[in-house]
Amino acid sequence: MNNSLPFGRDAQRAERVSLSFNLKTNTMSDEQIRNLEEIFEARIARDEKIEPKDWMPEKYRKTHIRQMSQHAHSEIVGMLPEGNWISRAPSLRRKAALLAKVQDEAGHGLYLYSACETLGVSRDELYEQLHSGKAKYSSIFNYPTVSWADMGAVGWLVDGAAIINQVPLCNTSFGPYARAMVRVCKEESFHQRQGFEIMLKLCNGSPEQKEMAQDALNRWWWPSLMMLGPTDAESIHTEQSMKWKLKRKSNDDLRQQFIDQTVPQADLLGLTIPDPDMKFNEETGSYDFGEINWDEFWQVVKGHGPCNKKRMKDRVGAWEEGAWVRDAAMAHAEKNEAKKLKKAI
Amino acid sequence: MSKNWPLWEIFVRSKNGLEHRHFGSLHAADAEMALVNARDVYTRRSEGVSIWVVESKDITASNPEHNGELFEPAQDKVYRHPTFYDLPDEVKHM
Repeated sequence: MNNSLPFGRDAQRAERVSLSFNLKTNTMSDEQIRNLEEIFEARIARDEKIEPKDWMPEKYRKTHIRQMSQHAHSEIVGMLPEGNWISRAPSLRRKAALLAKVQDEAGHGLYLYSACETLGVSRDELYEQLHSGKAKYSSIFNYPTVSWADMGAVGWLVDGAAIINQVPLCNTSFGPYARAMVRVCKEESFHQRQGFEIMLKLCNGSPEQKEMAQDALNRWWWPSLMMLGPTDAESIHTEQSMKWKLKRKSNDDLRQQFIDQTVPQADLLGLTIPDPDMKFNEETGSYDFGEINWDEFWQVVKGHGPCNKKRMKDRVGAWEEGAWVRDAAMAHAEKNEAKKLKKAI
Repeated sequence: MSKNWPLWEIFVRSKNGLEHRHFGSLHAADAEMALVNARDVYTRRSEGVSIWVVESKDITASNPEHNGELFEPAQDKVYRHPTFYDLPDEVKHM
């Protein structure tokens, strides 16, 4: 350690000094790293934002790349179950709305990928992780969308659960992620409303239409609860994520919040939640609910859900079949650039 | 081997009278495509009236680890702020 470095008493100053020291040496003792980490954690505790070029613990960088890319992948794969219904929407109004929703999802994926790239990982690496199965995406998108009512249930339940997950991230500690999430959340609320409207229309329609809505709720209810993540006891990243404000509430709290807000909406639609144990608890002011089938959850996460293979095949197929377009665009751009250079000479 | 599309930084003016603000980044083969993609990615709800695109590699950024040398000189120059100067209370607006 270089003793000539002027260590000031002021914490801010100490922080700057140790950070520049890090730059000059690159090799630090464990104790120095611990000091830097303490200063870093204190910055986050003070609600300071971390920006891409700031010093950060390697674990912070890796965790953020993992979570942000998973989030981006979920947006991109999330387009697939809905894309199927764009050409089958029952009216122009529904078609325009669904198209806009899917386009938003592409946009959200792109915001998140570019935020993720600020941490020094390339877009190609991220795609490679998704396509090879190394990176995960939300397991909910491995369920099939078999009827038009599923577009309603997905918007109402899946986007509803996503919003509950995402709103706290607008205040997360990593600047680019927080900024991307502000934009995502602003745009997401129409997604849930259009889904609920589809359900409402079906529920006020013929008995067959209402039956379609009930069937969609039956199939999407439990996967939506699982979407909020494993129970707190099983959740390995919770404590660290809370510290870094990647998480503000535990999975179980978020799940309870989702249930409490959704059950009255199901009542309004005149639909029955497919859980015989669902009951309002006067004492807690919340709904008690039945056992979640976590075996199913882990099966789907591990790749054995009903549509895992199809989703990846479609995604990888789209990427590979689009390769010639990307190459042609690049060749065109290079040719134009060369032409411009020639003119200048 | 195909070459990857370069990264572009996107700046959007929300309305006349305001400056262009950094909105994010995206990949595109050239500047023209970056503009069109930026329209779709960052202004789907009329968020802008003007877009700038700059290839990311053309931006030179200061290093936060040098913030001391770079920004500290301004810190002890309190006389650059109006509150540094003592005025009698009778002077109401200055």
